[in-house]
Amino acid sequence: MDFEKPLPVATATSKPFWEALTRHEVQIQQCADCQAWIYYPRAFCPECLSPKLEWKQISGKGTLYSFTIARRPTAPFWADEVPQLIVVVELDEGPRLTSTLCNVEEGDIRVGMRLQPVFDDVSGKDVTLLRYEAE
Amino acid sequence: MGLQGTAAIVGIAELKPEKKPTGPEMFSIEQWAQLARLALLDAGLRPGDVNGLVTSAVMESAMFAPATVAEYLGMEVDYAEHVDLGGATAAGMIWRAASAIELGIADVVVCALPGAMTPQPPDAPPAMDGWLYGASSNAYGSPQAEFEIPYGNIAQNSGYSQIANRYGEEFGYDPRALAKIAVDQRTNACANPEALFYGKPLTIDDVLNSPMIADPLHMLEIVMPVSGGAAVVLASREKAAQTPHRPVWLSGFGERLAFKTPTYAADLVRTPIGPAADTAFGMAGVSREDIDMVSIYDCYTIAVLLAIEDAGFCGKGEGMDFINAHDLTFEGDFPCNTHGGQLSFGQTGMAGGLSHVTEGARQIMGRAAGNQMARCDTVFVSGNGGIMSEQVALILRGD
Repeated sequence: MDFEKPLPVATATSKPFWEALTRHEVQIQQCADCQAWIYYPRAFCPECLSPKLEWKQISGKGTLYSFTIARRPTAPFWADEVPQLIVVVELDEGPRLTSTLCNVEEGDIRVGMRLQPVFDDVSGKDVTLLRYEAE
Repeated sequence: MGLQGTAAIVGIAELKPEKKPTGPEMFSIEQWAQLARLALLDAGLRPGDVNGLVTSAVMESAMFAPATVAEYLGMEVDYAEHVDLGGATAAGMIWRAASAIELGIADVVVCALPGAMTPQPPDAPPAMDGWLYGASSNAYGSPQAEFEIPYGNIAQNSGYSQIANRYGEEFGYDPRALAKIAVDQRTNACANPEALFYGKPLTIDDVLNSPMIADPLHMLEIVMPVSGGAAVVLASREKAAQTPHRPVWLSGFGERLAFKTPTYAADLVRTPIGPAADTAFGMAGVSREDIDMVSIYDCYTIAVLLAIEDAGFCGKGEGMDFINAHDLTFEGDFPCNTHGGQLSFGQTGMAGGLSHVTEGARQIMGRAAGNQMARCDTVFVSGNGGIMSEQVALILRGD
């Protein structure tokens, strides 16, 4: 069976995030009322439910909060990527996001390590995924 | 505030977990009827006595699950509820049923969770989404579809290994202590002929030598879904007096949920079972020392460790020493999952969560098999949905 990897489909709310990634920039939202940084993109602030959210450019850098080394594919799509290095990144602004780690030896993965974005332009598709590597 | 402890579990039914089902395939509503029938027979109550039901989703109807069940069972009820808390559904059903009884809106409530595959239509391709994405939603606009699935962050192993790796960073990690949880529970299963792994003892080395699935989780630290099903009947004090078994009163509960994907948990290793357990103990007016048995939702060994710590049976970060210092078997000084837990009794789908309730009831009623405890009056039950995300705590007591 052939499995095409599932890709994100941008919504009206998240479009600026995905468009910034195609320009190799990271933009997330900040609440104009309570200044909370927000990830993933939302229509309302998860701190105060304000609808006044502004897009801000950030470096995308952060630290490794935790990780998975999946030795069995989490679903058939990723059978060719085992071991999958799935990570939780804590952005310097505070919010956490899910990503995968590249250009790293398994044994070098440490909670707390500094990370920087890798912009992965998916071949043949108009989408860029935000992956990470050691800073 | 809270329950007075005047609603009791008075009947239970549980199908023997099976890797390959031996009986005929049945639709969810058929399984529901079978389980309700068995639990009512156990309670010595008639279908006409039932005036409340609590269900989770049924495969045959994406909406209106309670009405679908009521109609199929031929019941008119004054209270109907649909609970959707993943692995915490079972425990969540019990307190909702007890609350309805204490409010006086129902006096006999059936909670059932079918746990067997349902027949597929002839000539139709099997639905793939459940198989591919599990509990993750790939619907348009779902945060998981957009921000988790494209990175392969799906299925439970990924999240539980993130929890274990973060835990190791903060508190250290003793793989033998984690493996001992599975081993002690297997000892319990070996005294319980109903358990899937009855007659198959296990050692710590067996666990540590089983394949690594997602570091540091070994295969034998992860539940294997099997076929089964369970149901519970709860009744008011007046109705309970007419039933044959020692009533198992629900004297306290707590519930807490905060996220779906653990990436967005405020703290990955301090889990919502903490506040849920505090609420339950406070309501019941009992202390941790009063607990004779803990029936902890054990989809993974790490889930048991975190629940023991966060529910307050030992200090934070002391769980591994606690496990090593205590005997978790039915004859031990800290009996845990005396039926074998889902790891060794079997994870019968959603009904696996109910096995923690039925086992607590069985021990208090004095109806367990070779794994019956010498004395058991007070049980702590936990339900755990998703990836430590939905948590329910229950305190069960015998008079």
